[in-house]
Formats: sequence, structure tokens, C-alpha cells
Amino acid sequence: MMEKRYVARDTYVASRLMGGEMMVMSTRDSTLFTLNGVATAIWEAADGKTPLDEIVANRICKEYDVTPEVAMKDAEALVEQLAGHGILIVSDQAILPKAISRENSK
Amino acid sequence: MPDTLAAATCSQVVIEIGGLPIRLSVDDPAFIELLNRRYAGFVSNSSQPRFEFRIDLAPPGLIAKDQDVSVRWNSGKWYFDRGDFHAEWDPSAGRGKVRQTANPYSIDCVLRIVHTLLLAKEGGFLLHAASAVRSGRAFLFSGVSGAGKTTIASLAPPDVSLLTDEISYVVKDSGGYFAFGTPFAGELARVGENLRAPIADVFLLTQGNDNKIESLEEKTAACALLRNILFFAEDPGLVNAVFESACEFVKRVPVRRLTFRPDAKVWELIQ
Repeated sequence: MMEKRYVARDTYVASRLMGGEMMVMSTRDSTLFTLNGVATAIWEAADGKTPLDEIVANRICKEYDVTPEVAMKDAEALVEQLAGHGILIVSDQAILPKAISRENSK
Repeated sequence: MPDTLAAATCSQVVIEIGGLPIRLSVDDPAFIELLNRRYAGFVSNSSQPRFEFRIDLAPPGLIAKDQDVSVRWNSGKWYFDRGDFHAEWDPSAGRGKVRQTANPYSIDCVLRIVHTLLLAKEGGFLLHAASAVRSGRAFLFSGVSGAGKTTIASLAPPDVSLLTDEISYVVKDSGGYFAFGTPFAGELARVGENLRAPIADVFLLTQGNDNKIESLEEKTAACALLRNILFFAEDPGLVNAVFESACEFVKRVPVRRLTFRPDAKVWELIQ
């Protein structure tokens, strides 16, 4: 059985929904990102408490014509990519606000 | 007479940009004269400047050039550094000091940084854009270097007042967004007129074979605006404020794409 994964928005970001897509800016280095619809849905649900597979099941599979397996694979790749840019935190445990602050202080 | 003695040893000038008077003082009347010429039109007789900077002139060649600008906040003060200057500014005390050589570019950069920091807290910003006033309304023409800011400014007809060909000053107040003239000149090397007007339009410049204006989605406009906003500080709170300012701005002011041929006819579209 696969381990649960959790995602949380980094605190050093500014974001705003515009025209159905999320604009995200890293306040560390002012890098700007525009998320598509799927990425926006994951971003909005990334509260650190909801497992990624639940986000995919409830937010992606219900809204988009995609199988759970494909959606999960795409979501895994996406969150890794956003984590690589430093705007999302990914963990195999629920992410508490304190943990986000600790992550940011590294 | 202490006051007379002070006047004899320390010269000063007040530069007022965007309605914000800043006093610069230095023990060198020749440098003050240089600043008076450089900022002609923006020299104020205000006796109550909001901030004051003391300039300490270093010998020529003492300070290394070709370093990126750095803007840091530490223990209640801002520290600005570039190869050609070092500045410290305590906003709560209203005072700062600058060490630089006797050139107008270093203090020009310091003033730009100060204004970006103050505007960021109030919903405004400095934008890489030419700006002009026509029929009482301001039009901004934004783009990176080479996009045509100086070209469109130089093509302006006589009824147009040029605010700047390089850095536009955008202020938010209860009545909306206003553009102010600035002395921050680009290739025209011409100081803008010291006027203020409500902003009617922002045009993102592209040079092409014909003249046309196209609407943009809000997010496209916000992204473009953010890329052209002048900001130096690596401060998450202020970066967040600038982000929010750009998002608010595009909700209230039309930001469109202007494709233009480099001839005066383009101004027929700017009404």
C-alpha cells in the first residue's frame, strides 16, 4: 500500500485567482507562476491536512475526465515540480503550520 | 550665528517626486548645484521634507562599480548597497545617509529605491514605462528595454505632456490611480513634467507593421505588469504587497497591448 502524501502551500508565496487560474509569486525571489486548472485545484486544496489522493479523488477526478491512476500520477509529478520551485511543501506526514515555518527557516 | 555657519558649510536641496519632499544635504555646493540642474522641475521649496539624507562624498575611484544593487532591512533600518554607493535609511527617524562619489547616478538610484519602498506600502509602484498626459488623463506605455518607450515618447504630438520616458510613478489614493511626472529619464535624457493625472490606460508596447490595441485577460495583464514593476528589496512582506498592488491595479485600470509602427500616427489611437 502506498504511503499517504500531504501537500501545503509555502508561506513565502503570494497567490491570487484570476480568470480561473491561480497566479503564484514566490516572495523569496519574485518568481511568478501561473497554474492551470488542475494545478489550481490542487493548490487550493493543499492545506497540509488533506492527503493528496483525497484531493485528486475529490477535486480532480470529479471535475476532469481522467482515471484515478492517471490523475494521481500527474498530481505526483506536479507537486514535485512545484516543490522543486519552493512554492509547495510535500511530506509523507500531515503538515502542521509549525512545520511549514520550520521548513521555511532552513 | 550658528545657522549662518551651517548654511556656509552644508548645502541642501529638496527633491519632491510624487508629492514626497526629500531633503538632500552635502558639504559641497558644487554637487548641490549639479543636483539642482539634474532635478530641475522637481526642486521644492518645502521647509518640511518627509525624509532627509545626508550625502558623504567619497573621493573618485574609491568605490568599486559593477555590483548589483542590494536592499536589506535590519534592526529598523534599510541598507542599500551597489558598487558605487552605500546608504542607510531609518524611516521612523526620517533620516538616512549616503556615501557615494560626486555623480548624479548614485543618488538617483537611492531615490528610486526609497520611492519603491514607500509606494509598496501604499498600493503604488514604479513601473518601467513612459507616461504622458493628454486631455487631463495619463497614459502609460510599458515594456522592457527596446520595447519602444522612448520611441513613443518622442513621437508624442504637441498637446501631450511627457511625464517620463523611462520610469512611471503610480500612486493609489481614494480617488483611484494617478501618474506623477518623474525626473527618472531614459534615452531622451529629458526630465518629465512635474504633473499628476488620473491613469486612463496602460499599454504594453510591441512594435509591429500596423497600429492596433488589443484587450488582455486580467492575469496576462497582471503578469506583464509584475515583470515591469521596479522593485529592489528582498523582503517577503513588501514583495507580497507589490503582488497585491499589481492584481488590484489590473482590476481597476485597463491594461492593453499596443502594437505600433514607429510613426506619429499611433497617437491617433491614444485619446
